[in-house]
Amino acid sequence: MTTPAPVYGLILAGGQSSRMQRDKASLEYLGQSQLDRSFALAHRHVSPVFVSVRADQAAEPTRADKPLIVDSFEAAGPIAGIRSAFARFPEVAWLVLACDLPFLTDAALAQLLEERDPTALATAYRSAHDGLPEPLCAIWEPAAAAVLAQAQAAGQTCPRKFLIRNHAKLVEPRDRRALDNINTPEEYAEALAALASETRQDPMHLKIQYYALMREQAGRSDETIETYAPTPAALYLELSARHGFTLAREQLKVAVNSEFSDWTRPLRAGDAIVFIPPVAGG
Amino acid sequence: MQFRFTLSAIDTLSARAELLDASAGGYASFEGWVRDHNEGLAVSRLEYEAFEALAVKEGERIIVEALRRFPIKHALCVHRLGTLAIGDIAVWVGVSSAHRGEAFDACRYIIDEVKHRVPIWKKEHYVNGDSGWVNCERCATAPRRSHDHDHDHDHDHVV
Repeated sequence: MTTPAPVYGLILAGGQSSRMQRDKASLEYLGQSQLDRSFALAHRHVSPVFVSVRADQAAEPTRADKPLIVDSFEAAGPIAGIRSAFARFPEVAWLVLACDLPFLTDAALAQLLEERDPTALATAYRSAHDGLPEPLCAIWEPAAAAVLAQAQAAGQTCPRKFLIRNHAKLVEPRDRRALDNINTPEEYAEALAALASETRQDPMHLKIQYYALMREQAGRSDETIETYAPTPAALYLELSARHGFTLAREQLKVAVNSEFSDWTRPLRAGDAIVFIPPVAGG
Repeated sequence: MQFRFTLSAIDTLSARAELLDASAGGYASFEGWVRDHNEGLAVSRLEYEAFEALAVKEGERIIVEALRRFPIKHALCVHRLGTLAIGDIAVWVGVSSAHRGEAFDACRYIIDEVKHRVPIWKKEHYVNGDSGWVNCERCATAPRRSHDHDHDHDHDHVV
């Protein structure tokens, strides 16, 4: 029996985040971006760790300070990211992690690595929800590269279907929640609350004042809310879900305590927040 | 206060009087008026509101910038809030200086920056019964789809 290939880490941060309407890699949990969390988590188990990005994301600040593997294939999607990693290091296996798994734990990664079958094309968790393989929390073996290339040439873009059709070892998760991924602002708000309560953080009371279009859409000129949102960016996602704001965050500015603020400033209990829609004085 | 709000008609004569200076050779002013149409729609009235606590700070910063940037004597901006009718003055800017060139330049600088930066909003009420927040309504529906392609929509805040 040959020695199993070494395992490198690959964090997939090239996704579209379309339902979240925000870049999922930069969403913050407990004061750290999802990408930083995933990167650090993977790094406690394998080394080196790379971040998979599309060419147009390479300079984005959350990603730029990490070792990157830029997609080298035309097609989009996770398969292009995984194939690009194999193109760079064909002899290694890749621990591939999606960038939307806030509950993923050291224990879950340790279990996956422990139950790895290097003779399969991949070792993946079996989803606790639908029993299907989870391709984006999985170890992809070097032998998968050629088969992935064929699949992509045949127009197959779904990594889950790939693992269903091909020989993959499936691992039963001990921690069912570890693989819960989040796709919407509502799920993000729930995940923040769950993580914060587990670390015994208290929710903050914040005062929100609304003006103009925001006031009409919120149906009030101010409110005091209890939230775990760590930043104005997270707060806007949470309140958008609650009030159905139509403006994208990029169209707004934000003020904290009557001064312009950036979106990633940590919020503190008692802060007063104003979301500023496009202005029209004069 | 070199930038302030008023809920009643802007008194341009007394505002002008605040700029008088024996060393000034003249003054330039700009008045923004409520007009009866915008983007092809007949307008019946406007409503202005502001996030005043921040707006006066930002407005004051703009005046200080103008005083630093141009060799002028005094500058003042008054913006009206509330419901305005066609022909009302919505905003008044005045600058006094030794020579006319910098008075015009500073006046232009102040009104342009105020329109871009100060958190003031206006809602147009149209003759046809509709209404809309200027610079907000059309951009409210457009960018949703573009986010599916994950390219950030760097929308200019002011038309």
